[in-house]
Amino acid sequence: MSQRTSPEDAESQKRFSIRVFAYSWLRPLLPWLGVSVFFSLFFFYPLARILWVGLNPTSLFTISSDSFLLASRVFLFTFYQAILSTLLTLALGLPVAFLFARYDFRGKSFLRALTAIPFMLPTVVVAAGFNALLGPRGWINLGLMDLFHLQTAPILFIGTLGAILLAHVFYNTTIVIRLVGNALAHLDPRQEQAARTLGADPLRVLYQVILPLLRPSILAASILTFIFDFTSFGVILLLGGPHFSTLEVEIYKQAVQAFNLPLAGLLSLIQLLCTLIFSIIYSRLVTRSVVPSSPRAAGTNLRKVRAFRQKLILGGMVLLLLILFVLPLASLPLSSVVRLEADRGQRGQIIYGFTADYYKELFINRSDSIFYVPPFDAIGNSLAYAALTVILSLALGFPVAMALVHPHRLERILDPVLMLPLGASAVTLGLGFIVTFNKPPLAWVTSPLLVPLAHTLIALPFVIRNLQPALASIPDRLRQAAASLGASPPCVWFTVDWPIVVRATLSAAVFAFTISLGEFGATSLVVRPEYPTLPIAIARFLSQPGGLNYGQAMAMATVLMAVCGAGILLIERLRLPGTGEF
Amino acid sequence: MLEVKNICKSYQGQPLLRNISFTVAVGETVCLLGASGSGKSTLLRIIAGLEPPEQGKVFWEGQDLASVPAHRRIFGLVFQDYALFPHLTVAGNVAFGLKMLGLPLNEINGRVLSTLKKVNLAGFENRRVTDLSGGEQQRVALARALAPDPRLLMFDEPLGALDRNLREQLMAELRRILRLSGVPAIYVTHDQEEAFFLADRVLLLYAGGIVREGTPAEVWSDPGSAWAARFLDAGNVLPGVMLPGGQVRTIIGLFPVECGHAYQDGEEVTLLVSRRGIRQVTQGAVSGEVTDVIFRQDGYKVTLENGPDFYLPEAPQVGHRIFLEVPPLGVKCLPNLPLQ
Amino acid sequence: MKRLLVVALSLSVLLAACAPKALVTLTVMTHDSFAASASVVAAFEQANNAKVVFLKSGDAGAALNKAILTKDAPLADVFYGVDNTFLSRALDSGIYEPYASPSLANIPAEFQLDPQDRALPVDYGDVCINYDKAYFTAHALPVPATLEDLTNPAYKGMLVVENPSTSSTGLAFLLATVNHFGVTGYLEYWNSLRANGVVVVDGWETAYYTNFSGSSGHGPQPMVLSYASSPAAEVVYATTKLTDAPTASVLGPGTCFRQIEFVGILKGTSHLALARKFVDFMLGQQFQEDMPLQMYVYPVNSAAKLPQEFVQYAQTASQPATLDPAVIAANRDKWIADWTNTVLR
Repeated sequence: MSQRTSPEDAESQKRFSIRVFAYSWLRPLLPWLGVSVFFSLFFFYPLARILWVGLNPTSLFTISSDSFLLASRVFLFTFYQAILSTLLTLALGLPVAFLFARYDFRGKSFLRALTAIPFMLPTVVVAAGFNALLGPRGWINLGLMDLFHLQTAPILFIGTLGAILLAHVFYNTTIVIRLVGNALAHLDPRQEQAARTLGADPLRVLYQVILPLLRPSILAASILTFIFDFTSFGVILLLGGPHFSTLEVEIYKQAVQAFNLPLAGLLSLIQLLCTLIFSIIYSRLVTRSVVPSSPRAAGTNLRKVRAFRQKLILGGMVLLLLILFVLPLASLPLSSVVRLEADRGQRGQIIYGFTADYYKELFINRSDSIFYVPPFDAIGNSLAYAALTVILSLALGFPVAMALVHPHRLERILDPVLMLPLGASAVTLGLGFIVTFNKPPLAWVTSPLLVPLAHTLIALPFVIRNLQPALASIPDRLRQAAASLGASPPCVWFTVDWPIVVRATLSAAVFAFTISLGEFGATSLVVRPEYPTLPIAIARFLSQPGGLNYGQAMAMATVLMAVCGAGILLIERLRLPGTGEF
Repeated sequence: MLEVKNICKSYQGQPLLRNISFTVAVGETVCLLGASGSGKSTLLRIIAGLEPPEQGKVFWEGQDLASVPAHRRIFGLVFQDYALFPHLTVAGNVAFGLKMLGLPLNEINGRVLSTLKKVNLAGFENRRVTDLSGGEQQRVALARALAPDPRLLMFDEPLGALDRNLREQLMAELRRILRLSGVPAIYVTHDQEEAFFLADRVLLLYAGGIVREGTPAEVWSDPGSAWAARFLDAGNVLPGVMLPGGQVRTIIGLFPVECGHAYQDGEEVTLLVSRRGIRQVTQGAVSGEVTDVIFRQDGYKVTLENGPDFYLPEAPQVGHRIFLEVPPLGVKCLPNLPLQ
Repeated sequence: MKRLLVVALSLSVLLAACAPKALVTLTVMTHDSFAASASVVAAFEQANNAKVVFLKSGDAGAALNKAILTKDAPLADVFYGVDNTFLSRALDSGIYEPYASPSLANIPAEFQLDPQDRALPVDYGDVCINYDKAYFTAHALPVPATLEDLTNPAYKGMLVVENPSTSSTGLAFLLATVNHFGVTGYLEYWNSLRANGVVVVDGWETAYYTNFSGSSGHGPQPMVLSYASSPAAEVVYATTKLTDAPTASVLGPGTCFRQIEFVGILKGTSHLALARKFVDFMLGQQFQEDMPLQMYVYPVNSAAKLPQEFVQYAQTASQPATLDPAVIAANRDKWIADWTNTVLR
């Protein structure tokens, strides 16, 4: 009997194959839809447009040969300082991550929040803080000069490579602490116990079992830190001084000051390419070696410090943290309440008296300036932008992080692209925004929403990288168990994935929040004067001479620190269902 | 030999282990049998040196181990969830303890191969542990603990996650390996079948203390307490009240019983009748309506309307009224353990 | 998926809601240092039934670059902030619409650098070396009077300047040295400065607040490159009442560089009449008299009266250095590169 397909059969076969096509090709791409649209519109398109302005065939030949020499020299230094900074950050961050993950002691959450505050402070504030501490007229130098009766400051700090490295460690230690600490907290303690019964002393347990299991998170933290150090701008400019120039600083000089867009474009491309390479390395190394862990609550591994030797080590590390983090930051609030006399003849005496004048002054528009920013407005704007950034980056980042748990071929290619915004020069991107969004149909350059969009671009990679390891570590059998008990897929997600992922989500939210609060570079290029943020307001005060201006800058910086710290503590204390339930 | 003396430990403010004392001799396998959450795993961790006891000591060959850290005790521990190292291969896992001993590489390789052969995993050296089935992982865990020739082996409910066939197969292998090597072993489980299969001596753990100690046969025939009888499902358990004159009133009637312990009138007593001790008769003093019948390999478990269940050799019909006869001889008195 | 749709929808609604309102709005693009009294701006708004929105766009160079980049669809109607070091670049880019404002009658010819009135002068300030009076008194040092004095070993390590490739004040000082010593001699001068321990930092904020001893930062250097009006700001913004300015400027001939700032109407504006009124307003007496205490610059309008603080504490140079904007435009990159090689390497 011959089989002839009737027209209806052919029709349904065609429908069927369309469905198969849709299912197998389009469906895996759905989670990427939001991020793809977002990236294309707010990253690739503006970047392409501004780079085209600089690097079209006619202007390309205006780049002179010594520009190439300059470019290579700058590139080498950028690389060098980034590697050194990353190694130092790991050297400090790893022991501290262990400390926080394994031991419980008074003031731990305060200390944790403290290490995260630098991340959201604009460089101009951090530079002021370091100066007050280690500058030629800083406390340490003055103290030493007093003690040893010296004429000149013994410690030369500002303007050295050391200043750059120290500031980078100051900024980025929190990345290591959070990423590695989170992984540490979820390690299965039984593996360590097994190692101990097999004859491994605590040190060997560390090297043979714990560190290998932490490899994905250590790598992730290292690469993120490296990328941040690689694209560092304010630190190099303010603390390194004119003798040091990185790619980002050079792009700024060429694009903004010299208006040499071709060279700036070339340097931007180099920077982007490097970031892409690092990103590919990251996704190859990290996503492949994700280790399934048992879903334990973070609290199960904590213990109190007992032995005296342990107490000594703990005390030493806490002291080091306090010195490194509290001292530079403490100088800011101190400066904001100390009366700075205009008559500065006496060298040694600085403190004349305590005053709340600077804070009061914040609320006064003494010169009736049209650009006066009431402090609560600035706080409100900063917080609103930060909240928007958190929501947007979580909404876009979650589906992608989930999809990356079982990556398809296409996703393996898309994955490295996610990190690119970190490596794009803020200057380039800001200019790109301006040329892209100033004409209809995309006439958005006047919109205040450009600010959180820019912040989201930078925060997204962090959010995704934070969520990814946590999502990947959930054993499938838990999901299957839930499904077999009658849970629909969303229900499975909520009861199985969510409790495990909630900590990582909180951590990701904190990242997005802090990045948004302290972002200055891109913000300054797209912010509207009616909605200034706290960092913008601080920079305004510092751009004019006068004790009141300086004092108000310090006061506002203290306010920024307080808002940041409060925000972090609040997010960490959030008792969402699922935290610590296992 | 291992001597555990008066170990005490509490958990979240409540006492967990109370004055635990026992010994394990060379070549002996001791099973710790107790309900989940009774502190068995904690006890193993204390013996292994992973946790300190609040009171009490652990001795090996007379030496107090309080000053010996876990990594120097040379005690092997096989975990409930295997706890294999996911970043190492099968060979890497098994070789771990040997590496810690600092043995030369070729000796390590040789011992890894021979240990894997012992657990029937020859050829698995380069497999990733995450790719293995439950039974294979368990054997890797066993091989890992065996390879460094430990002086004492401890097992923390290692077969819990496996299906029955696999469990029986592994139990047999374990028994063989333990007999051959002669290594003293502590086996912790809540499954009485495992315990009785593997143990030379069984220790029943209840409410933080050891309530019965003996060979499997001894413990089975004389559980020693009401809880133990229920836990072991050692026969027909009848709760009752002591009446003056040496009679015990139970829900199915009065029994004249000889209780070794002097019970007071009105005190609660539990009676144990052996499995085959109760018979179904056409007329008798004891009766009840059948509500449930469950097939057991050596009889039927019958539940009556007023609560108690008994073993009967034949299955009655559900809903029928049956009459039972309980011979007065062969009824044991079981003390109730004080619950604290 | 649903969540994404909701987010996308609300985003587009929000973005649409931020479109400009129906009232006539004049957008004025300025550099970051722009400041004005709210009452003065309100007066203009009321008189013209308009709303003025200021778009702060970075420092002078950054703002100009943005204006040039968006030439075909300008971001604003009026652009204020180009100074004479950037004037040539601005004029050559063709971003301005010429306007011969009647207010120009009150402005001296020396400030009207564009004969075609595309860029009109608004204010000027002198970039000078500020010095810490108390320091010099305490050490009984004479204040340097000329550029050559700065190479005197008595002042070793006492001067901090900004990097001309990142700072407009730094560039201004570099141009002053080019003006004084000539194109062939200025590098020699910088060599001697370098030998005399000159400190170079990247930005004005760092130089003034970190290195300068006369500011609240209590830095080590008693001489800094700043503006001649900075001493007045120190008095106005002092935390306690002062009777005398704590700092002053070195005003010898050729030691200061005069920066003039310009405003212009951007070509392509849709509010030409209103823009012209705003330019008149900026050159008019009310705004010109408001500027000094807001931006610490001098008005170009000769009829504008200076505030008391300026008269007492701020100064202008009698013979400031100036250079032709076209010459600046042609050579700045080379001069900066040569300077960098001489001083920083």
